[in-house]
Amino acid sequence: MSQSRNQSTESWSAPDAEPVVRIEKVTKRFGEIYAVDDLSLDIHRGEFFSLLGASGCGKTTLLRMLAGFETPTAGRIFIDGQDMTEVPAYLRPVNMMFQSYALFPHMTVAQNIAYGLKSDPPDREGRSARVSEMMAMVKIEALATRKPHQLSGGQRQRVALARALARHPKILLLDEPLGALDKKLREQTQFELVNLQERLGITFIVVTHDQEEAMTMSSRIALLKDGRIEQVDSPRRMYEFPSTRYAADFIGSINLFEGHVISHSNDMAVIHCEDTDSDIIVHHSQPLASGMPVTVAVRPEKMRVNTTIEADQNQLHGEIKEIAYLGDVSIYHVDLPGGKRIQFTQPNMLALAEQPLTWGQEVQLTWHPNGCGVLTQ
Amino acid sequence: MTLLQKLIPKNHQLIVAIPWLWLAIFFVLPFLFILKISLSEPQLAMPPYQDWIREFEDGLLTITLNFGNYQLMFEDDLYLQALLGSLKVAGISTLLCILTGYPIAYAITRAPLQFRMPFLMLIILPFWTSFLLRVYAWIGILKDNGLLNQLLMSTGIIDSPLQILHTPAAVYIGVVYSYLPFFVLPLYATLVRLDDTLLEAAADLGARPLRQFLTITLPQSVPGIAAGAMLVFIPVMGEFVIPDLLGGPGTLMLGKLLWTEFFNNKDWPVASSLAAILLVILIVPFVLLRHFEQKASEEER
Repeated sequence: MSQSRNQSTESWSAPDAEPVVRIEKVTKRFGEIYAVDDLSLDIHRGEFFSLLGASGCGKTTLLRMLAGFETPTAGRIFIDGQDMTEVPAYLRPVNMMFQSYALFPHMTVAQNIAYGLKSDPPDREGRSARVSEMMAMVKIEALATRKPHQLSGGQRQRVALARALARHPKILLLDEPLGALDKKLREQTQFELVNLQERLGITFIVVTHDQEEAMTMSSRIALLKDGRIEQVDSPRRMYEFPSTRYAADFIGSINLFEGHVISHSNDMAVIHCEDTDSDIIVHHSQPLASGMPVTVAVRPEKMRVNTTIEADQNQLHGEIKEIAYLGDVSIYHVDLPGGKRIQFTQPNMLALAEQPLTWGQEVQLTWHPNGCGVLTQ
Repeated sequence: MTLLQKLIPKNHQLIVAIPWLWLAIFFVLPFLFILKISLSEPQLAMPPYQDWIREFEDGLLTITLNFGNYQLMFEDDLYLQALLGSLKVAGISTLLCILTGYPIAYAITRAPLQFRMPFLMLIILPFWTSFLLRVYAWIGILKDNGLLNQLLMSTGIIDSPLQILHTPAAVYIGVVYSYLPFFVLPLYATLVRLDDTLLEAAADLGARPLRQFLTITLPQSVPGIAAGAMLVFIPVMGEFVIPDLLGGPGTLMLGKLLWTEFFNNKDWPVASSLAAILLVILIVPFVLLRHFEQKASEEER
């Protein structure tokens, strides 16, 4: 699902890189509620950065503080090295694409796009050239004289994007940019946004509640919970190596087994879990101690139905209770002997009229020690 | 099934007939009477006009209509002067209402949510006292030894009382005071519905607060300004009470002239034709108002 990005764009991994956005111990309180709670985050030049989280996690408040619509209760915000904490929105080198698009209803498409170009470029020809350039970029040249109410949802989204990019901002903020589009258009637009971002080199910061959207588009994702950062990582690392139970559960589906460490070496650990018939062997890279309570996390697609048992594989057996046929894959819900319900997925490789696995069937599931992780938080 | 349910038509299209019926009985029918009177001759009797002369001869019905009253409107300078006087008072008053009412409506919209209702109540509060009483109260305020002059003299701003009552200024004060709520309320309704995100978008695109207001709020509030302005302009055109009580003898307005023709001169036909012409004049701004409203609702969709 994640696009493979060029390794050289991983500017955040360079130790001396100066971030384009530095959020320093920022807190935003509304009355008694902490929308953002002592949060620090660096975002680097040219990143496609996603702020992901459930509603009320503070991601939108954080974005609005970057735009200048909210002032932090405490902490500083630096944009391109300059302290922007108290600078009003109209003086910031950032532009925002609003969730509702916020197009000016009494202006045409061209006037909307030209709104931000009051004196830059200084001459009229330069400004109208910029407007034409922007309309060409998002392919809406034919709509120049239309009013927003005459446009479809997808067209409005393009106008909003062109308007926000017309001022050549250092950072583009996007609040749920694809939220109002239908599924097909959303998938297509995801790739267009990524291509546009790579072509322009502008830093994109996206707020989204849709983990699939964040996975597809981002160079890095910050997962937020209760105004704090749960994990910041690339989509692949976020999915394969979640650092907390919340992160593991929020992104994709996952089976979690509570247990404790029996023995461990530098990179291998044996975990005893109540719910499984045998101990689980896990590859890991964290400090562990014997007897430590941990959670083993296994993604549903890492499990395979196996008739033979291989010694180096983890295994479980159970009875299939539910099957969800999605076309490309099927999701099977399996009850373990102890009563715990888990799920595994299997691609539908052959065009068969009937499921190869059926309700009530006893199955043996195996997975490699590399296919699961240990969570200590 | 109750009696009421039986009486209410099941066909929903018939429900539309109720307002039409109301309009027909209380507006169209009386207006037809006025139209009829306007085309007749005055006479010293009760009622003070002659019925149309109808003659039926050799199978021909002849009705004599008197267009002399309308002719008089165009021949006698007095009526044109009254029309111009009304237009002037209504126009300037509307402008004054826009200038004072816009900041009021805007301030209420910008006030914290818990203060908006109290502020709106304060705007509506004067309606709880009779319109006539409130205009009378202004006489007490504006007259030579009235409250305003006493206040100004006791603070030493003026030495001798100002003549305000029975001047055009008094008429404007009375009209703006009386009709301001009619301007503020529809404008408030428009302003409060405006999307604040648009102002954020404008700020995001580099617009300072003044430019935000001039390019976003003001153009979008035009339908509200138009609705409020019409609600002031139309009734002030025919206003009688305020110019009669607060204005001087020189104040010439259609409503006052109509009163004079009807009660003092007992010339019902001329008064009726004045009323008919006033209506025609007022239909024009009304159609304009409808046009603005339609345009606004189209843009919302």
